[in-house]
Amino acid sequence: MSDINSNIPEGELTSKWTKYKSSVPLVNPSNKRTIEVIIVGSGLAGASAAATLAEMGYKVKCFCFQDSPRRAHSIAAQGGINAAKNYQNDGDSVYRLFYDTIKGGDYRAREANVHRLAEVSANIIDQCVAQGVPLAREYGGLLDNRSFGGTQVQRTFYAAGQTGQQLLLGAYSALERQIGMGKVEMYTRHEMLEVVKIDGKARGIIARNLITGEIERHFGHAVVLGTGGYGNVFYLSTNAMGSNVTAAWKAHKQGAYFANPCYTQIHPTCIPVSGDHQSKLTLMSESLRNDGRIWVPKKKDDNRKASEIPEEERDYYLERRYPAFGNLVPRDVASRAAKERCDAGYGVGASKLAVYLDFKANTERYGRIEASKSGIHNPDKETCMRLGTEVIKAKYGNLFDMYAQITGENPYETPMRIYPAVHYTMGGLWVDYNLMTSVPGLYCTGEANFSDHGANRLGASALMQGLADGYFVLPYTIGAYLSKEISVKAIPTDHPAFVEAEERAKGILNTLINIKGTKSVDHFHKRLGHIMWEKCGMARNEKGLNEAIQDIRALRAEFWSNVRVPGSADELNTELEKAGRVADFIELGELMCIDALNRNESCGGHFREEYQTEEGEALRDDENYAYVAAWEFKEGVNFELHKEELKFENIKVAQRSYK
Amino acid sequence: MSTGNMNLTLKVWRQKNNNTKGALVDYKLAGISPDMSFLEMFDVLNEDLITNGEEPVVFDHDCREGICGMCSMFINGRPHGPKDLVTTCQLHMRSFKDGDTIVVEPWRAAAFPVVKDLTVDRSAFDRVIAAGGFISVNTGNAQDANSLPIPKMQADAAFEAAACIGCGACVATCKNASAMLFVSAKISQLALLPQGQPERYRRVQSMVAQMDAEGFGNCTNTGACEAECPKGISLENIARMNRDFASAKFVSEETV
Repeated sequence: MSDINSNIPEGELTSKWTKYKSSVPLVNPSNKRTIEVIIVGSGLAGASAAATLAEMGYKVKCFCFQDSPRRAHSIAAQGGINAAKNYQNDGDSVYRLFYDTIKGGDYRAREANVHRLAEVSANIIDQCVAQGVPLAREYGGLLDNRSFGGTQVQRTFYAAGQTGQQLLLGAYSALERQIGMGKVEMYTRHEMLEVVKIDGKARGIIARNLITGEIERHFGHAVVLGTGGYGNVFYLSTNAMGSNVTAAWKAHKQGAYFANPCYTQIHPTCIPVSGDHQSKLTLMSESLRNDGRIWVPKKKDDNRKASEIPEEERDYYLERRYPAFGNLVPRDVASRAAKERCDAGYGVGASKLAVYLDFKANTERYGRIEASKSGIHNPDKETCMRLGTEVIKAKYGNLFDMYAQITGENPYETPMRIYPAVHYTMGGLWVDYNLMTSVPGLYCTGEANFSDHGANRLGASALMQGLADGYFVLPYTIGAYLSKEISVKAIPTDHPAFVEAEERAKGILNTLINIKGTKSVDHFHKRLGHIMWEKCGMARNEKGLNEAIQDIRALRAEFWSNVRVPGSADELNTELEKAGRVADFIELGELMCIDALNRNESCGGHFREEYQTEEGEALRDDENYAYVAAWEFKEGVNFELHKEELKFENIKVAQRSYK
Repeated sequence: MSTGNMNLTLKVWRQKNNNTKGALVDYKLAGISPDMSFLEMFDVLNEDLITNGEEPVVFDHDCREGICGMCSMFINGRPHGPKDLVTTCQLHMRSFKDGDTIVVEPWRAAAFPVVKDLTVDRSAFDRVIAAGGFISVNTGNAQDANSLPIPKMQADAAFEAAACIGCGACVATCKNASAMLFVSAKISQLALLPQGQPERYRRVQSMVAQMDAEGFGNCTNTGACEAECPKGISLENIARMNRDFASAKFVSEETV
């Protein structure tokens, strides 16, 4: 069935990576000094790779569109990072992390990649601690762990609600160290606009200096994209405003296959939309589900305040439907369950598109423990709540503050209102075992690739994958390619391929500036987001997807004839930057709908209403769809499907159950 | 497009680029909702400007959830506006009143030159970190994470210093445009941890030297930086940095 080769090494699953590492060709130190690698993106996947490759001796150039590599959106990850350390002695192992990740991904990820991820997970924690990343500790001085969705062990390491920030600052400091030593040339406020291919291989990029507008040509023996996910195709998401698909999409248009674009993660616990003006949605970490219980009123259209609804009139629907995992079911399951309740008329708040996340029971429980610690027997409820609030504050204080600031409500007193929002994209550029795309010499790491999370990512696994790729996987696998490139001298950037790529990039910028239409870029972005959310969001069906494809094509035509981009291309022009990104989102949106329409099954984050069990759970079709859908871009915004068959030799494929 | 009923007058700093002179320009805005964030209010202003054929106001922003450190507006004389412990992106219009006049300027410091409108160049911060804000450990060198127990109090104190988002509010608010709160937060984080000890005195010397080279001013203990820091970074860090800097002259064999 496969017509593409994933280059998975032969041998037992558990020894593939070890064997690979000890047999992969090496590049000797004197050759490394002359080999140049371009890294686009400075988040966990980009910064860690840039620092590590520079430490190894390669000449590295790193690019980011923000004013500093420290701003990359990895910084906003809250909850934690998984690792199979088994520090809690609760039976964790590499195999269990591997198993949970494959199952959590609804059996749509590659076994060999996921096992490798689980193997290197422990090294990541070691590396970060050595860098001085202040992960949470217990009083004995050892590292603390907490639970996350979709698992029954405590393997999540964290730094309050700011784990991504701390890990990114660790990678950033390693990167800055190499910059200071002159081993990495950093290009901030630069946006990649084209991949340059020579004789079929990636040999550089075209980038725009966002301050001067100057178009620059950069050569590299290899190019690595660590450019993040494409959740902003929905306009409203938990992504940063600047997060975009442009680098990955330009690579796609140069021949890199785009895999499983329809797999999007809708995170169950976000602050609900409050009005039309809204520019982004804010996540409330999954870690809150450790101590928060999710409920809606048992009565339809119940307009009473949460505090006025007695215990017996509350429906803790996750605990009811999934007694084994309760509030800690995986994200896709929790999101769909919230949508089901709200669609059925049980939603809360003004919009009725929200459910409660209630900390009262656990606040009281913690208070009782604290009281007994300080020798207060039979404490009254008030004392329990007071002491328990202190515990909750210590665990989640920054998240509670953020909630209060955004909603104007005090979550210590009333339950949080939450609703699902677009958060992460499992799809991305197709890569083989080496993390190389279908374009030789072009690599892709982190959220930007499709490789490890199947159809649904488990909480605290994004940070793990980004750092695994950048610190421990790519630095080895890229050697396999570069060892054959040692005789290639740096190609001068007046080569026709650079000239041509630059012309393409300039052509697009000039077209955008000269349309001089009547509607702003945001206007089109919002309309695209609306189509995607309504028809390719938490639930999809054939009719809606067909409509969406037509709507998006019409929107694309309108965009290219009526967008207004003020200013010029030779200055800092944020509208021009956005216009280029939205143009790419529009094309991607169409491909997402095509992919969702092609996949006649439900799995993980992809829920086709036609394919569900009687209980409303996702119904997979392993016989016909146990494959990675890798799409090839064809002239005129058309796409051709290639399939990579997924073989499960070490895990028994089963109906996913969290009951 | 907006749903609220607040009317505002904005006085916004407009400057085409670093080679031109800037000025405050007045804008009237109507129908602002108290639920909007301050940046969403600017989105409304920019949408109006674009529709009217004018150039939108350029400002830095990205995550809009208070953690990336990119947003940087000096609002009514205070970095990140009137509320404590909040970045501009997390400031909401309910913190203002109908009819208010709001003055919005960029960060003002010689070491943070204006790029355009409200956007400034903060790359000096990156260069200070590159001078020593790290632990020299290559990938692959690490021992097991739990082989080095660190007392919780110490780990928590390091975390509090590490919570700095590098926004530059401390510099913007300081009458001397001093970067000591930012620099000392990184120095403290690493000085409080055992992993940071081998380079402790070398680090403080190189980072302070770079800070001075960038043109940041000195600290005169006013404390505005701590008061305005959206992450509550403490002045104690500056004291720790000064102690380490002085000690370095005695205990360190290396002079950087």
